[in-house]
Amino acid sequence: MFTVILFILLAGAAIGCAVAMVAQRNPLYSAISLIGVFMALSCLYVLLAAPFIAAVQVIVYAGAIMVLVVFVIMLLNVEEEERRPLRLRFLIPVSVALAAVLFAEAAFILYYVQTSAYTPQDSAASNVGLTSSIGIGLFTKYLLPFEITSVLILMAIVGAISLARRVTAQPAPTIMTTTTARSSSLREVHNAGD
Amino acid sequence: MINWDNPLVQAGLTMAGIFVAFNVVLMIVAYTVLAERRVLAFIQGRVGPNRVGFGGMLQPFADLLKFIFKEEIIPDKSTKFIYLLAPIIAITAALMTIIVYPFGPKITIPFTNWSFELVVARFDVALLYVLAVTSVGVYGIMLAGWSSNNKYSLMGGLRSSAQLISYELSLGLSLIGVVLINSTLDLYNIVEQQGGWFGLQWNIFFQPLGFLIYLISAIAETNRVPFDLPEAETELVAGFHTEYSALKFALFFMAEYVNMFTVSMLAATLFLGGWQGPGVGILPILGVFYFLGKVLFFLFLYIWLRGTLPRFRFDQLMNFGWKYLLPLALLNIILTATFVLLNDWLNWF
Repeated sequence: MFTVILFILLAGAAIGCAVAMVAQRNPLYSAISLIGVFMALSCLYVLLAAPFIAAVQVIVYAGAIMVLVVFVIMLLNVEEEERRPLRLRFLIPVSVALAAVLFAEAAFILYYVQTSAYTPQDSAASNVGLTSSIGIGLFTKYLLPFEITSVLILMAIVGAISLARRVTAQPAPTIMTTTTARSSSLREVHNAGD
Repeated sequence: MINWDNPLVQAGLTMAGIFVAFNVVLMIVAYTVLAERRVLAFIQGRVGPNRVGFGGMLQPFADLLKFIFKEEIIPDKSTKFIYLLAPIIAITAALMTIIVYPFGPKITIPFTNWSFELVVARFDVALLYVLAVTSVGVYGIMLAGWSSNNKYSLMGGLRSSAQLISYELSLGLSLIGVVLINSTLDLYNIVEQQGGWFGLQWNIFFQPLGFLIYLISAIAETNRVPFDLPEAETELVAGFHTEYSALKFALFFMAEYVNMFTVSMLAATLFLGGWQGPGVGILPILGVFYFLGKVLFFLFLYIWLRGTLPRFRFDQLMNFGWKYLLPLALLNIILTATFVLLNDWLNWF
């Protein structure tokens, strides 16, 4: 009972933050809403008896990736997005179709769970979400996928560095174009004043 | 008779524990501020605040009253929502971690058979929880610097977030050695494993390098001297909290000292054996005093460093963090893992 109330509260917070993230015009507000989504998700993981995933969710997404995103937004002083004329009009029916597929999937899962004979055991009784079981799984049964993923991440890091430090004969292209130079001047730290 | 195993009773007890822990920590923090002023004064050959109350003992409350009654100033050009949100994030993230630290062994209430461990919340991933919550604390400082709409604040916020991101890495890596040795993330269990051998089983004796790395990066994480660049007075006025006044400034101030306190608690728990000490087996309540003593030692160390060391330059800070501290932390992990593996092999034969 208590768990259900908590679930409804947290799920509502997650959905509300997600909607706010898409609807906000100011990029920094969007980023903060996204952090809210991650927090609510991590609390949901705790409810599902997966504390390790919950902690990692906060450390990796809220604590590392979003810090970088907010950092970049602050440094570049990204202004409120302007509504562009819709050039890619053919995307509208595609997105509607994809949304329909998503809803159909969700409805199918609901239907399947409701009608299946399988009753889940008490989530607190299983130890799937505990750190030790995840560690043992990663280093025995799922060792190859784990290693491949880490090699992929390493490749991404090397690629990012080689892109950022491109050594060429001609002087490096100046990143300070007129628009960014104007917006990065500290005089107008941001324009989102109320 | 109350059934102590009832989940609702357990939840109520945890709530009460959180309430008591918050109040005790905030009291200790208030007196840490006073102690810092008195000790700094002693180091610099001054007297320090000694007028309010009994030899200055009521000074923290006088300061708090002053903060409460000051005028609340919100800059016109600030982003008000985020401006008000930032101190709340800072103090919340600082206070949230204090519930996982074990401050004493299992005690039994006399004349009843009710016994419990002296830790507010004990769970599987306590150490990861600490890291997660501390990593969110960065937002308080970053958003404060951005939303104030002041160049000093922005520079302070940017410096601070760069510094916190850099030193968070070595802080997290320095703890992995301890986790490898004790093979658990549960802080209570880690402390239990450090008993025996008359204190020689404390993790500091197995992890001297890890302890040093932790201590240095913890000081950087709390923005204290010699790593207090985010609020370098000579360059940045007051850094990220330049535009904050009254109680909002007090929240940032408290958050800094609560962070100092939690970081000291983590150091005492992981490296100095937490509540372990002579006589704990016979009289368990002694453990609370041992734990507090170790934490207060670290707090004194912080104040001592502030009285003696000058400040880093920013490029020195970044070079030190990335070129020395991080490789050393990685080396520490490799060495520890090798020794743990060798130890296991020796036990097999």
